[in-house]
Amino acid sequence: MSLDLSINPGVELRNAQLELQQFRSRLAIAAAFVLIMFLLLACRFFYLQVVKHGELYTLAEANRISIVPVLPNRGIIVDRNGVALAHNYSAYTLEVQPARVDNLDSLIDELATLVEITPRDRRRFKRLLEESKSIGSLPIRTRLSDEEIARFAANRFRFPGVEINARLFRQYPQGELFSHVVGHIGRINKDDQAALEQEGVDANYRGTDYIGKTGLEHNYERYLHGTTGVEEVEVDSGGRPVRTLSRTSPVSGNNLVLNLDARLQEVAYQAFGERRGALVAIDPATGGVLAFVSKPGFDPNHFVDGIDPQNWDELNNSPDLPMVNRALAGTYPPGSTFKPFMALAALTYGRRTPQQAISDPGHFNFGGHVFRDDKVGGHGMVDMYKSIVVSCDTYYYVLANDLGIDAIARFMGTLGFGSRSGIDIAGESAGILPSQEWKLKRFKQKWFAGETISVGIGQGYNAYTPLQLAQAIATIANSGVTYRPHIVNYIEDIRTRDRAMVEPHPLRTLDLKPEHLAVIRQALVGVNKEGTGAHAFAGAEYVSAGKTGTAQVIGIKQGDKYVESRVQERHRDHALFIAYAPADAPKIALAVVVENSGFGARHAAPVARKVLDYYLLGKLPVPQKKSKDDDN
Amino acid sequence: MIINSVVRRIEYYLMRHVDGALLGVVLALMLVGLLVMASASNANAARITAQFANMLIALGVLWAFANIPPHYLMRLAFPLYVLGMLLLVGVALFGEVVNGARRWLDLGVTRVQPSELMKIAVPLALAWYFDRHEATLRLSNYAIGALMLLIPVALIARQPDLGTSVLIVASGFFVLFLAGLSWRVILGLAVAGAAAAPFAWSALHDYQRQRILTLFDPAQDPLGSGYHTIQSTIAVGSGGWFGKGWMNGSQTHLDFIPERTTDFIFAVYAEEFGLLGNLVLLALFLLVIGRGILITANAPTMFTRLLAGAITLTFFTYTFVNMGMVSGILPVVGVPLPLVSYGGSSLVSICIGFGILMSIHSHKKLVQT
Repeated sequence: MSLDLSINPGVELRNAQLELQQFRSRLAIAAAFVLIMFLLLACRFFYLQVVKHGELYTLAEANRISIVPVLPNRGIIVDRNGVALAHNYSAYTLEVQPARVDNLDSLIDELATLVEITPRDRRRFKRLLEESKSIGSLPIRTRLSDEEIARFAANRFRFPGVEINARLFRQYPQGELFSHVVGHIGRINKDDQAALEQEGVDANYRGTDYIGKTGLEHNYERYLHGTTGVEEVEVDSGGRPVRTLSRTSPVSGNNLVLNLDARLQEVAYQAFGERRGALVAIDPATGGVLAFVSKPGFDPNHFVDGIDPQNWDELNNSPDLPMVNRALAGTYPPGSTFKPFMALAALTYGRRTPQQAISDPGHFNFGGHVFRDDKVGGHGMVDMYKSIVVSCDTYYYVLANDLGIDAIARFMGTLGFGSRSGIDIAGESAGILPSQEWKLKRFKQKWFAGETISVGIGQGYNAYTPLQLAQAIATIANSGVTYRPHIVNYIEDIRTRDRAMVEPHPLRTLDLKPEHLAVIRQALVGVNKEGTGAHAFAGAEYVSAGKTGTAQVIGIKQGDKYVESRVQERHRDHALFIAYAPADAPKIALAVVVENSGFGARHAAPVARKVLDYYLLGKLPVPQKKSKDDDN
Repeated sequence: MIINSVVRRIEYYLMRHVDGALLGVVLALMLVGLLVMASASNANAARITAQFANMLIALGVLWAFANIPPHYLMRLAFPLYVLGMLLLVGVALFGEVVNGARRWLDLGVTRVQPSELMKIAVPLALAWYFDRHEATLRLSNYAIGALMLLIPVALIARQPDLGTSVLIVASGFFVLFLAGLSWRVILGLAVAGAAAAPFAWSALHDYQRQRILTLFDPAQDPLGSGYHTIQSTIAVGSGGWFGKGWMNGSQTHLDFIPERTTDFIFAVYAEEFGLLGNLVLLALFLLVIGRGILITANAPTMFTRLLAGAITLTFFTYTFVNMGMVSGILPVVGVPLPLVSYGGSSLVSICIGFGILMSIHSHKKLVQT
């Protein structure tokens, strides 16, 4: 048709020319439209690439660069001889990012076909999930074997949000032996996180999953943790690191070197046999804690990655209370171990001379109440030396009455009874140092004079921790100079090898007359030579000082006699013993409580003997054969 | 001497119908495409050579179409359109679902995507139709033309394939517009379109609506449908005046740009070559379009005029929609950047267009001399 146009002139042609003109004007409009739209694009480019360039460039960099914390190695904890009590090892873990997973249960089921996942692992993971501080990744399995790593790596693509990471793990090679001293770390929970934020140190914990929860791990957290380093890493859109742009190395945490002696601790722990109890041994000249036993303990390794609920319940509901730190927070009536301190009070306040003696009829009557002596018929004539050596109750009934409760409280307070010692682990109990004021505050009642009598023999309201008893006997051993008990000897910077000593200065010096101290110390030596401790210390190659004690757990009705075999195991008396040795230049002072075992002389003193034998002579206890004395 | 004259003869037959100016710009754009492809694919040799092979094929097709006189195409126009319609109906009835969309038809021997065919068949048919009724164009002709356009578009939109249907609507509308559709009707359509927008909205698929919504606020779904737009605008903007340099785009090389060798390749280019590079690219595209418009203006017949205009303006639509989408002013629709994005079928269909343009231009000259 168009070819026809050129042949036929006339209207058609003019029409065609008009049409062509019309078409060209339309085309011009279209061309203008194209130009306008391209101009629009150019404007948009200008806006993005010039006006918004800074902002978008920053966004691109933020996309590109990820700030990755580099974790410091946690400081290790060793005993005085370098034996590791807490250290780190490297292992591979299988970790899940819950935020990237839709159905955790089915994911774990699928993972279980590749690596072993026990029901315990599952429970632990659930618990972690509930307590976790962040949305980061959580371990489902730790310590993967090489084979498991290979199997997972081959199937990795099936599991977005699951990865294998090499991590440092905390391990407590001594297990339950130091559970109550060294403590343990655990995963940072919401409360820990809040505390860190409040202290303003949360930045240093970026990327850190663990924090000291108890014991030294908790108290020395800021030394052990170290300083977190930073790595600027280029990442791709999947968050996978491509290369490192810059790096600030982390600074490892400091090591703790303790005063504790791991072998001594073990000797002490074993000496309890199957019994529950506590022992605290202190170097009287420094306050350094040599042994710190609370039995039973628990395996702190279970807590590192979050204990599973079943094990937790077992520990928590055990009648043996393995979670209670008996040495630190257990309070016991001191029983007769209180007597040498009572005697020292009498001398110091001038209420007795060493020679002053009483005639002991075997009981003391006060206000119509009969206070019995342990020995029926009494001990005859009893002076101060004998009162301690044979542990005469009547002497102290009378003495307590003469001193009065407030004088007792005042003197005992200076020895550290009834107040926290300030030892370097948390959770210490202050105990109860009874006084008129205390009773008014505690019970809104006035003090009855009769109540003073049993305080004199370490019963009544008296309740002290084994740590306080150890500190008090150490003060006697150290001639009235008290150090704050401390478990850590020094903190070591592992790079510079600088040592920061803990507690090198005495806490206080008591105003005691040397001749008064000498009387008490002589009597304490007498206890182990010819008194209640003589049996346990027969044949010792050193001169030791000690005092037995037996603390009632339940009140015995007046006129009744306590018969051990008739009483339920858990209502039996606690056996106590305090001691130091060598008597002339003490190197170690200790307090032992053996729960529900009976007489201190029979059950607590032998524990002390084994500890002193090992510490002073390096002698390991011979394997115990059942003696015929062991009759309950 | 003989060799020389043989070479000259071969050159003559090779280049007789090829428009040197247009070919030059097309080759320049293809070169840019290969360069960006190298960066976008992380210097993946397989990808680059595959695209290079696509380009050679496309150039072969271009040459072939340049040598087909327009009146053959005119004869082919209606049958091609009918074939395309049949295939589209076939897709609607028996098509295969890939990625949630029913676009492919399995013919036993091979799988075809009839919507691709319609990209060229619709403007061809419309140009043929208006050419046929050139002397007696009435409103009813435009109405019929509109129907010829909207029926296949409706079928394609239903697949769903928003990108292709938008492109076909554009190409068809260009034919109607160039054919002299009265301004009143255009205005009326615009008003009616605005009024019908809510109904159109309700006819859209959820993901299509989402794409339009995220255009206005990409941040509302930063990990979902907004992700593409956010990352590509970051890439474009972070390029600045001069870009981060070839092979140096962090958004590109760290995998933040999605579909970076195909629909979003322009983001790679803009990140690495900056505003300056973008303006150069716009200029190259403008040269192509300008040459196309020149050819259109000088086309001898109604059919060739409308066809050349539609091809040129459709090419413009491709470039505008793609760059608009990457720079965040248009919703994300699957439209590649012509001559640059990876993909054989897109290259071939674009080059068919250029082949036809050249054919229209060169055969006009032949007719005149």
